[in-house]
Amino acid sequence: MGLLSDPNRRRALISLLTRLNSPICVVCYMAGVAWFMGLAFEPFTLRTYMSENAMGSTMVEERFPAGERALTTGREFSAHKKKAGGMPVDWLVKTMQARGLEVFTQRFSRKLPFPDENKERYMVKGTNVYGILRAPRAPRTEALVLSAPCTPGDSNNQAVGLLLGLAQYFRNQIYWAKDIIFLVNEHDLIGMQAWLEGYHHTNTTGMDWSPLQGRGGSIQAALSLELSSDVITSMDLVLEGLNGQLPNLDLANLFYAFCQKIGVLCTIQGKLQRNDWDSVSGYSHSVQTMMLMVMKQASGRPWGDHGLFLRYHIEAASIKGINSFRQYKTDVTTIGRLLEGMYRKLNNLLEPFGLLLTDYMLILTLLLHLTVVQALDLWVQLATPPPRTEDGITDKEQVRHTYYFRVLSVLTPLVISHLTGVALYTLPIQFQEMAVEQFPVSETEAVVLTAIGVYTAGLALPHNTHRLLSGEGTEQGWRVLKLVAVLYLAVLLGCTALINFSLGFILALTLVPVAAFVTPHVPKVLSAFILVILSPACTLLFSVFFFQELQELPVSFQEGWLLYLSVISQGILDHFLYGSLVYPLIALLVYPCWLLFWNILFWK
Amino acid sequence: MAEQKFSLSVCVCVCVCVCVCMCVCVWAVRAMMCGCGRDDFQEELVIRPLHSGDIYASFQFRTVWETDFMRGNKVSHYRLFPKSLGQVISKFSVRELHISFTQGYWRTMQWGQPFQPSPPGAELWVWFQDSVTDVDGTWKELTNVLSGIFCASLNFIDSTNTVQPSASFKPLGIGNETDHRFLRYATLPREIVCTENLTPWKKLLPCGSKAGLAVLLKSEKLFHSSFHSQAVHIRPVCQDWQCKTTSWELRQTLNVVFDLHNSAQGKREWSLFKMFSRTLTEACPLASSSKIYIDITDNPQGEQFEVSPATPLLSQAVVLGDRRTFSVYDLTQQITFGTVRSLNLLIRWKSSDMLRPLLHAERYVAGYGLQTGEIHTLMYNNHPYRSFPVLLLDSVPWYLRLYIHTLTVTSKGKDNKPSYIHYQPSKDRLRPHLLEMLVQLPPNSVTEVTVQFERALLKWTEYTPDPNHGFYVGSSVISSLVPSIVAMDTNSTRERPLFSSFFPCKEESSYFVRVYTEPLLVNLPTPDFSMPYNVICLTCTVVAVGYGSLYNLLTRSFQIEEPSPGLAKRIANIIRKMRGVPPL
Repeated sequence: MGLLSDPNRRRALISLLTRLNSPICVVCYMAGVAWFMGLAFEPFTLRTYMSENAMGSTMVEERFPAGERALTTGREFSAHKKKAGGMPVDWLVKTMQARGLEVFTQRFSRKLPFPDENKERYMVKGTNVYGILRAPRAPRTEALVLSAPCTPGDSNNQAVGLLLGLAQYFRNQIYWAKDIIFLVNEHDLIGMQAWLEGYHHTNTTGMDWSPLQGRGGSIQAALSLELSSDVITSMDLVLEGLNGQLPNLDLANLFYAFCQKIGVLCTIQGKLQRNDWDSVSGYSHSVQTMMLMVMKQASGRPWGDHGLFLRYHIEAASIKGINSFRQYKTDVTTIGRLLEGMYRKLNNLLEPFGLLLTDYMLILTLLLHLTVVQALDLWVQLATPPPRTEDGITDKEQVRHTYYFRVLSVLTPLVISHLTGVALYTLPIQFQEMAVEQFPVSETEAVVLTAIGVYTAGLALPHNTHRLLSGEGTEQGWRVLKLVAVLYLAVLLGCTALINFSLGFILALTLVPVAAFVTPHVPKVLSAFILVILSPACTLLFSVFFFQELQELPVSFQEGWLLYLSVISQGILDHFLYGSLVYPLIALLVYPCWLLFWNILFWK
Repeated sequence: MAEQKFSLSVCVCVCVCVCVCMCVCVWAVRAMMCGCGRDDFQEELVIRPLHSGDIYASFQFRTVWETDFMRGNKVSHYRLFPKSLGQVISKFSVRELHISFTQGYWRTMQWGQPFQPSPPGAELWVWFQDSVTDVDGTWKELTNVLSGIFCASLNFIDSTNTVQPSASFKPLGIGNETDHRFLRYATLPREIVCTENLTPWKKLLPCGSKAGLAVLLKSEKLFHSSFHSQAVHIRPVCQDWQCKTTSWELRQTLNVVFDLHNSAQGKREWSLFKMFSRTLTEACPLASSSKIYIDITDNPQGEQFEVSPATPLLSQAVVLGDRRTFSVYDLTQQITFGTVRSLNLLIRWKSSDMLRPLLHAERYVAGYGLQTGEIHTLMYNNHPYRSFPVLLLDSVPWYLRLYIHTLTVTSKGKDNKPSYIHYQPSKDRLRPHLLEMLVQLPPNSVTEVTVQFERALLKWTEYTPDPNHGFYVGSSVISSLVPSIVAMDTNSTRERPLFSSFFPCKEESSYFVRVYTEPLLVNLPTPDFSMPYNVICLTCTVVAVGYGSLYNLLTRSFQIEEPSPGLAKRIANIIRKMRGVPPL
């Protein structure tokens, strides 16, 4: 530290830092990206391993025999579903009771903020039916959940059939140490949300539900089952939950271990794992898988019915049966045995999983390091004393004046850009009725188009903010503003990454270069173009196309645009229905932050 | 010859002497035993087919001894009463002792009320005699001794989980002292009950598990059940109707519920052999009475189930407010065992239905996240028109910091003000919260008691070896006098003489019930004890400290400040200035 206390050496160090600023930034950025790509390279990553001893071996003898009967039950369920035109509540209650469960129902209703065009629903009313298998000699302190959604149409009947079959089989076993809750939820995530809120007696989203009559203590793990065919070719495990939360890795590893043991093909992100990691195609395959996961996680939406459990600190995953054109088929009995094995293992679990995934934070540290270096550089530039004026009398006054001016020049854009953010958050929902009356659009379109309109209107701000300022912007002014903006970005992205790493990473990847290069002195038109391209909305648009590309379902621009609109509406709905944080985060924080950089570019 | 004669007479003399001595001894022993009083042992088994189709078997073994353990009276001769417990009573001046070990949760909604309610895990409550000066110290010693006797972890009872309820646990035996300073109550919700607890419990019986009903207590079957609870109750009772002297009563009870679904493979049929893998061949020879009761109330004409062999003996009793009819099998009568010299009761079901118990309760933790939460206790009064008061006792560990100002009691959407509240706040690491209140439950309603809490952050050595499993909070206890079903029965005039049925008769109008809620499993904020996380934390700390000082030094501007000159130098400079010479 003596090195730094010495003013001369310190000055040298500072000048070194200022000079090397750009190379350091570039190196950090490249290193961050390279490290991220390295994650997909198998030798760099740890082999999947079990950290929980109780989950260690798959030494369970699975005996579930009744796959055919489960399918029959599924067909019966389908017939009753058709007859009832929705959830066959009475039939389910009776069937579950016949299997020796304690059966309860829960009614719920929800009016969406605007119609959901993807799932065609607006006023939602439904009933959840669940049966509790009480573990013998257990004091109702712990429970496991197996759920299957009751979806309209012909899908998912087999899942309900298998659920009931497993209930019957599990009921006759004596080794259960935890209660097992068999849940059939209506209206997929909305029903699940109602059930979970009822179970934990919270109300975060203003939904109406009737209180639950029976409970089984704290839920330790949950699986959601989706199965729409009598035979399947592979099982897909879906992990991404609300706000990009993931269940513990042990749950996924347990699933893979059982798949291997029983001989079921299992896929990650719909892709089979390959062993040729050293070849180019193998590597690109694993990069694709990883990117898919990153995109899904960044979207912050629950990708299966399990997604809402994670908020309550319950490890959960969805298991989807996929029937493609492969030769090798697996029947329902085998899936039943797979689930039996998993539940017996979960039953042995003495404590909930405790492992965290924190490896990725280093990547983000590298990316954000860039913004910190920038901030340091700006601070040093600001801190170098301005050349002294000749007459010492006006000096003080001028300093005070510049100080006020500086604060004002920073505060005004900050406040105005945040107000724009608030407008972006509130206006689309507030003005949907007015918009529907004025223009020939549906409510959903009105909401999305208002959002895009407000977003675009924000781009005109720099010209207007200056009218509010008393004088011309100075060289000092934009530096202070940029310093504030860069630090703001660093804190914002750091916090985002703690909640949702993928979202933080994608935002950092696009916003950090912006933070690095923007000054009022770069060529205006080109920079403005780059800035718009790297803005959150465009990032979302590219992500939509990229995601389709990764899924090997490329779309034309027209379709992509429609998809983009629906993604925005889904994002807003996710926020209002389940409390997803992505929309408010983008609208209230990230977008205003980006506007600050936009302001700097047009600084006068 | 004379010598021989002499020796013979000596022999006779010795023999006579020995005989006399022995007679005297026997007489003396008899006399001492009489001094200690008579003792008496009874055993019985009640089998009740439950509405859910399960089967409930309740054993009771009762030893009554006319003796006095009070006031330091030395008792050293034991016959039927177990010596180990007798010594405990004298040494620790115990007036009443109730201990129960339960594995499983009594499902009131499916099974109705049990004969002896008990919470999951271990429960111990003791009334000490008023001669005890250091109650806490005696309690501590007593729990350690009992821990040895019953092979259980009762030594984990300490001040952090012991409370002194002011109203919920009154003495069940005779005695006027009800000052709750002499009462201690503790539960261990995490205690697991298994064979090692059953064996010492069986050894307390006079016949052990050699003869009588105790033959049925085979652990491989008893622990293959839905519910298992064993208890020991010791209390002073009246010796006779005049109640001038006291006897000591030891009741050992064992309740078990067998799951019809699991073990019978769908056949609705039960027998003693299927339940216990034994049949009965004799009563305990030391028992003055040995009986099996089978509850056939729900089965007056035999349409629900049939029992074989049939018995002509019937008995009626009001149990838990309901008039029940029992078939009785007296094991002291040889005829009970029939020609095969063994009794294997058989019950076959025909149909079943659900019931609604008048009072039941449940409890859960609401909310998410690891900072705060809310305990909800729901109490259901299913009586169609009568309201009744209940006493709610909650003992919550200190690491859940209750916010007592958030306590709300609501029934039917309205605020229900408790008429009595006794709250003792916790002290960190010393004692738990104690909350007792008297609430009136309106008819046909659900009363909800909620209180918010904050989860404390423990010191890192205070976490259990499996901290992520969560921490247990014991059951809350609801004690109440519930209006009985008999009194509810408006058609009661049918069977009874008219003169007896105008005013509801007192002992039948209400009955005492204790209901335990389920224990809670609450997660506390837990540090990640895994190695990688610790490494990350450490590295981050080092980086933060290093980076902080670096940043600090880089951004702070340094200025060289001249030290102010001394007084002499200043004066010298003034003089120099006046002289027009440059200063020093």
